Amino acid sequence: MKNENKIQYIYGIADNALILGQRLSELCGHGPNLETDIAMTNMALDLLGQTRSYYQYVAQLSGDDKTEDDIAFLRSERQYKNVLLVEQPNRHFGYVITRQFFYDVFHLLLLQELQNSSDETLSAIAKKGIKEVSYHQRFSSDWIKRLGDGTEESHQKVQEAIDDLWRFTDELFHMTDDDDMALQDNIGVNTIALKERYVQMVKEVFDEATLTIPETKWFQKGGKQGVHSEHMGYLLSDLQYMQRAYPNMKW
Amino acid sequence: MKNNWPLWEVFVRSKNGLEHRHFGSLHAADAEMALENARDVYTRRNEGVSIWVVESKHITASNPENSEELFDPAQDKVYRHPTFYTLPDEVKHM
Amino acid sequence: MSEKEVKNIGAEQSRSLEEIFDQRIARDEKIEPRDWMPEKYRKTHIRQISQHAHSEIVGMLPEGNWISRAPSMRRKVALLAKVQDEAGHGLYLYSACETLGISRDELYEQLHTGKAKYSSIFNYPTITWADIGAIGWLVDGAAIINQVPLCSTSYGPYARAMVRVCKEESFHQRQGYEIMMTLAKGTPEQKELAQDALNRWWWPSLMMLGPTDAESVHTEQSMKWKLKRKTNDELRQQFIDQTVPQADLIGLAIPDPELKWNEETGHYDFGEIDWDEFWQVVKGHGPCNKERLSARVNAWEEGEWVRDAAMAYAEKQDTKKLKKVI
Repeated sequence: MKNENKIQYIYGIADNALILGQRLSELCGHGPNLETDIAMTNMALDLLGQTRSYYQYVAQLSGDDKTEDDIAFLRSERQYKNVLLVEQPNRHFGYVITRQFFYDVFHLLLLQELQNSSDETLSAIAKKGIKEVSYHQRFSSDWIKRLGDGTEESHQKVQEAIDDLWRFTDELFHMTDDDDMALQDNIGVNTIALKERYVQMVKEVFDEATLTIPETKWFQKGGKQGVHSEHMGYLLSDLQYMQRAYPNMKW
Repeated sequence: MKNNWPLWEVFVRSKNGLEHRHFGSLHAADAEMALENARDVYTRRNEGVSIWVVESKHITASNPENSEELFDPAQDKVYRHPTFYTLPDEVKHM
Repeated sequence: MSEKEVKNIGAEQSRSLEEIFDQRIARDEKIEPRDWMPEKYRKTHIRQISQHAHSEIVGMLPEGNWISRAPSMRRKVALLAKVQDEAGHGLYLYSACETLGISRDELYEQLHTGKAKYSSIFNYPTITWADIGAIGWLVDGAAIINQVPLCSTSYGPYARAMVRVCKEESFHQRQGYEIMMTLAKGTPEQKELAQDALNRWWWPSLMMLGPTDAESVHTEQSMKWKLKRKTNDELRQQFIDQTVPQADLIGLAIPDPELKWNEETGHYDFGEIDWDEFWQVVKGHGPCNKERLSARVNAWEEGEWVRDAAMAYAEKQDTKKLKKVI
């Protein structure tokens, strides 16, 4: 597999961690209480840490003097390959937890496969990530249950978030051309094969939480091709602000 | 609703071989959450390998007003300490 | 015995209890939560510890303002971890305060209604990235000077919380100074950012160490209870003496034309602090008082349904367990 394709493959994983980490870090200082604030910041730190490992590897693969920061901050919107799910805004805690849960379940299944990658660096990043993401998944599953089977109000709010966000979950399993190539070389993961287990895991938690998966006929997609929602531009304006306003400087 | 999360006490074992030590307290709605919060709050810098949490209301504490009757009587029981017993200098390790 | 006589005996007894109490503190013994303590001691500690806790969590806001815009990945994770630490410190301090028989919710209530104060420095805005450097270097620097002596204060839970806080804080000031140093060594534009931030944060940082000794109402009592080891003016002098050489080292100028080394005293002389500004900010007229408070109130109010849900869930689970047992 060509380096450029491999890099694109890695973006497909790493950009999710960056964008979700960015979204979570927007919440630091605004959580429903101190303990939860601290916990969610830990997840943000895990995700940003993973992002750095992937980007540092990409920088190394690129061979020029690119850095993790060039990759994180200086691409154009179309060059980010994260799924639409992770860029969705922090509307209320129910949305934050649902978005997290939908991603965590997928993330865990993905890393469990990626640890068998023939690419040693990716395999190592995945192995380290599994420990972190197992905890994320536990955290978000527990909260889904609390909100779902908590009060009437919380049930309604989290179900509303689910109904709104479920349409973004199908994209998690789409295979791009780069994904196909990575799979052929035993570097990447067959995400299509993860879907059945995914739905089953989500359903198990929802059953306990008295929540339901909505019947969605139409799923949204585009992020993996770099066609993002309108939210993405604002997210990037924040993320890239310093690097764009003060180019070519050391920080 | 004004139902506030109860207070929990957190005990952390810093490494195997050491006892759990009181680290502090926090609020959580249930035991599972208390454990998770304790992990996130008190072991951010690798401080622990094992955590206990107990809801604060379950701890029974001695009353400091009774501390004289509870603890002073132990002060003069010198025979409980090795230095109370005289041995010849020749006996080196005992 | 008349009622008056009974009262007198009561007063006599509590006076002697108070004498014993004062002697314990003078001997450097720690006071623990369930020990007898004068009501004034309890109240003063609730006020100071909660004020300290509030400062930590309000202090998350000006810095949190830059997490999403941090200029590099390394700076982003460091800042995020630092702001998270402040949440942790707030939590340790609220916990210490709760041992005095007041709940965290009551303390929040005092903050949200404006009854309790927090450090005024956090009512200034962070308008450039360099402000994050200045806060770490100056604000945390001043905070450390205030906090280190508290590690040996008389109230056990407060002292223990402060030991943990000080241990964790040690990276905060370095983080800030490193940001300032990088900017000062950078392009002219970056250096200007750094100098501008220093200009804006210098005087508020000096004010952070509290009103002058002549104006300070609590000092004597606080000294006795080891809530304070040095006076505000002494702490301020210490801060200036240690900070000026740090500014020199990275080529930034302290914005005080009267600042001058005094051979005789072995300290820096410095210019007049604008105490009018200080009291205005304390009274709520700082640039961001309203924003800070409403951010805290919003987070708390918007979180209510979440906290309620978790309690309701926990209660349902308990009932389920109970049914199983039966």
